[in-house]
Amino acid sequence: MTDLLSKFDPYIAEHKGLLDTGVNDPFGVVMEQLLSPTRAIINGRETILVGTYNYMGMTFDAEVIAAGQRALAGFGAGSTGSRVLNGTFAPHIAVEQALKDFYGTKSAIVFSTGYQANLGMVSTLAGKGDYIVLDADSHASIYDGCKLGNAETVRFRHNNVEDLDKRLGRLPADAGKLVILEGVYSMLGDVAPLRELVAVAKQHGAMTLVDEAHAMGFFGAHGRGVYEELGLEDEIDFVVGTFSKSVGTVGGFAVSNHPKFEILRLVCNPYRFTASLPPSVAATAEASIRKLMTATEKRRNLWAVSRQLHAGLKAAGFRMATETPESAIIAVLLPDQAGTVAMWHQLLEHGIYCNMSRPPATPAGIFLLRCSLSAAHTAEDVREIVARFAAARDSLPAAA
Amino acid sequence: MDRDATYARLLELIEPFNKKGVALAEETSFANDLELDSLTVMDLVANIEDEWDINMPLNILPDLETVGQLTDAVEKLKG
Repeated sequence: MTDLLSKFDPYIAEHKGLLDTGVNDPFGVVMEQLLSPTRAIINGRETILVGTYNYMGMTFDAEVIAAGQRALAGFGAGSTGSRVLNGTFAPHIAVEQALKDFYGTKSAIVFSTGYQANLGMVSTLAGKGDYIVLDADSHASIYDGCKLGNAETVRFRHNNVEDLDKRLGRLPADAGKLVILEGVYSMLGDVAPLRELVAVAKQHGAMTLVDEAHAMGFFGAHGRGVYEELGLEDEIDFVVGTFSKSVGTVGGFAVSNHPKFEILRLVCNPYRFTASLPPSVAATAEASIRKLMTATEKRRNLWAVSRQLHAGLKAAGFRMATETPESAIIAVLLPDQAGTVAMWHQLLEHGIYCNMSRPPATPAGIFLLRCSLSAAHTAEDVREIVARFAAARDSLPAAA
Repeated sequence: MDRDATYARLLELIEPFNKKGVALAEETSFANDLELDSLTVMDLVANIEDEWDINMPLNILPDLETVGQLTDAVEKLKG
């Protein structure tokens, strides 16, 4: 018998080699207790969370929790069904209405996770004979959506307008085309030149889908995303987003003004062949989205702490992934895997949780310690984070 | 003749990614001999696309295991 898992032996060896150096497992962190959106107990120690995508700090909002508790008591623990059978409850309709109000669109469809939203949208929109042209640094859920569907998939170099233009120009003029972009790319925290990319897509007759998962709540006048900030609301055909970041719960969605958008509910497998969100989750999302519409103070503070962290780490001598703070993701570049793991470990020992990222999640050859800020962080928190980054670096063996 | 020229140019495009200095031939395997990871393959594909002004859909990549197979695919895409 061939052991089907033996193909993963190189990964097993690599992971074991990593743990044998005595470091905490970067992929096995356990939050033993949550104290607030920015504090948890990890390894028995109070830790500042700087890697949770909890951008707007909504996870412990009293009104959000109360809405969830009411729905949990009133509608039960779960839906036990698909949205197209028995799984559509009043809270699912209410959260879709909240999304339509937030984005100012005619339609909104909620999926069970953000991953599934991309899987469903990408695989269903572009079918056999159609073409998908996607940014090379697209999230795994977008790539997997391409694999699930039957369209031909072509990628262009990250954020490269000329490269997109060339690849679209090589496609048959009358073929169906979908250009897939992200407002903020989650690894480096860099923002896409959407105006130029979307103009090229339109010029070649392509429809556009923009994933704004890492921009919801704090880009644009209504917090809709980078596309809103750049005045592209009439240019984008489909916007995909998630509840698991700024909204502070879990779930995914797509919004659109396309007159035929609603048909996707009946033809999209990642939507119709899975259980709907628990009604309590839908209710927390609705409450949170409605509060995000007017969360101007949170938005202002999120930008302030993001800029402060970028400036602080830069001044402390760290190499930043972006020259300026472009989003609420502030990433530090490190030279290699061993150095990145050692630094990540020291940070956790100093009570700082951030994300360690490496290829293939990152672009080739790039190792990162990625911080994501929250509106719940204070200026004092950021001073402490920068101080602990410096202390962690000083405690590395090489520094001795 | 065309295929020979394509093959020769492909060897030049692959060379920068040939970190182990493997002797390249028709049968050279990208995964086993050159040990290219998925991200490196993506860079190589982008360079090939620009060299011949073609698109190489991601869907066909899993079937292109050797330099010879890649040459045939490029020939076909050139039309």
